[in-house]
Amino acid sequence: MSATTWRRPPLIASPPLRWALIIGALVYLALAFDSLQVNWGRVAEGVPRAARFIAAFFPPDFTSRWGDILDGLLESLTMTVTSTAVGIAISVPIGIGAARNVAPMWIYLICRATIAISRSFQEVIIAILFVALFGFGPFAGFLTLCFATIGFLSKLLAEDLEDIDPGPAEAVRATGASWLQWLNFGIQPQVMPRLIGLSLYRLDINFRESAVIGIVGAGGIGATLNTAIDRYEFDSAAAILLIIIAIVMVAEYTSSWIRTKVQ
Amino acid sequence: MLRLEGLTKRYRTGDLALDGVDLEVPAGQVMALIGPSGAGKSTLIRCVNRLVEPSAGRVLLGDTDVTALSGRELRRARRRMGMIFQEYALVERLTVMENVLSGQLGHVGFWRSYFRRFPASAVDMAYATLGRVGLADHVDKRADALSGGQRQRVGIARALLQRPDILLVDEPTASLDPKTSRQIMRLLGELCAERNLAAVINIHDVQLAQLFVQRVVGLRAGRMVFDGPPGDLTPEVLTTIYGEEDWTAAARRRGAGGEADDEAAALDEERMAGMV
Repeated sequence: MSATTWRRPPLIASPPLRWALIIGALVYLALAFDSLQVNWGRVAEGVPRAARFIAAFFPPDFTSRWGDILDGLLESLTMTVTSTAVGIAISVPIGIGAARNVAPMWIYLICRATIAISRSFQEVIIAILFVALFGFGPFAGFLTLCFATIGFLSKLLAEDLEDIDPGPAEAVRATGASWLQWLNFGIQPQVMPRLIGLSLYRLDINFRESAVIGIVGAGGIGATLNTAIDRYEFDSAAAILLIIIAIVMVAEYTSSWIRTKVQ
Repeated sequence: MLRLEGLTKRYRTGDLALDGVDLEVPAGQVMALIGPSGAGKSTLIRCVNRLVEPSAGRVLLGDTDVTALSGRELRRARRRMGMIFQEYALVERLTVMENVLSGQLGHVGFWRSYFRRFPASAVDMAYATLGRVGLADHVDKRADALSGGQRQRVGIARALLQRPDILLVDEPTASLDPKTSRQIMRLLGELCAERNLAAVINIHDVQLAQLFVQRVVGLRAGRMVFDGPPGDLTPEVLTTIYGEEDWTAAARRRGAGGEADDEAAALDEERMAGMV
């Protein structure tokens, strides 16, 4: 009499296919690592250079370029706040249009296409384009961040809208509410906490991105940082980096605190 | 009050949920609609206010042909039909008062409702109705802070705020315990009597229905197979509606919904699809 055994059915039912996929993936991975060809000699030479480079950052110098740093910071913060506000204002209607359970098909397709375009380019690429179109400075940065905010916020808002509980929405519709009233009473309360959370998160991202796109000419603290590095003023660059880290951390903690409050 | 003529619904999946239902509900009559899961009960009441589009047949509310309406006219007709749901369908993050006042949405303009500046008459009615259903102390609580029975009372108050002529009630007690279920059914009966409201109540619990309604209609596979007073529900009749079972020992409560079936899935899809 043999003991009854049980095994969980495998994810891929056919054994030959299963093993072919596993072995194929492993062989590819092995070949890929092999082709990397790490030159250990160069790595060894790079280490002391890296040490010298890092050493040049210390001690951070906040004072000698403080005026430039402050201007850059204010420009970045202005860019962040304005682009987030405008971005949200544009994202909400697009997000509503991109939710299949709220919008008719043709609007849905237009909004999804808009989101796809916005999401397919990294901020730096868009910034280069806008700098070329509108010249150096924070206006190009503002436009870049607006554009990037739309792709991010609309998509996540649309997904949250598609996940709502249809029951309350149906109940509000049954009262004879108009489409806008239905949206305001049946849908909005369900997505509001997430929309607030995402907006704060985007504010945070936009500040960090404003530092990056400054390097390609879109103004703000990134431009100041770029100038400092170009002049080999690594101590000032270190000061800028520390300020960016501090601001990002403050934004992070504030937004997570607000998010727990609005649940 | 309400008249259905040859009401038929075939879902895109091919399921025939309603098959030529003819039904007349006079003003003030409280009627229970019983039948097994998938018999078309939910579809029927949603075809009445056209949350689900009927495939054929007519729905007449008084002199209005609801099936011929669209846009503003349809919304006007919906005002006259208060709907009450199994899972209460309250907007959980809104206050009790906002949920109740949402029953007035068909009567007020968008900006008034957006800024929650409802007319004094509506607010008075909301306070009075909340008092009537026993929730006077819970006005500013969020809906998700209430118990199941309290939530269903909010759902009832919301429906009453529409100043309806008829209530469409979808499994009002299926999520409630037996005692609360009886209280809710009694409240519905009393309210209909006070206001001369007609009601169509989908319900699984046959015995509970028998206690509180004047008429029972049995639905099986989308067709009406019984129509009569609650006293006529013999074991033979229950067999016709639900199929073979030992109905003589029917003292126990019947399974209360929740069974997944084709109708529920098709209905779900349609509910959201219709909102555009």
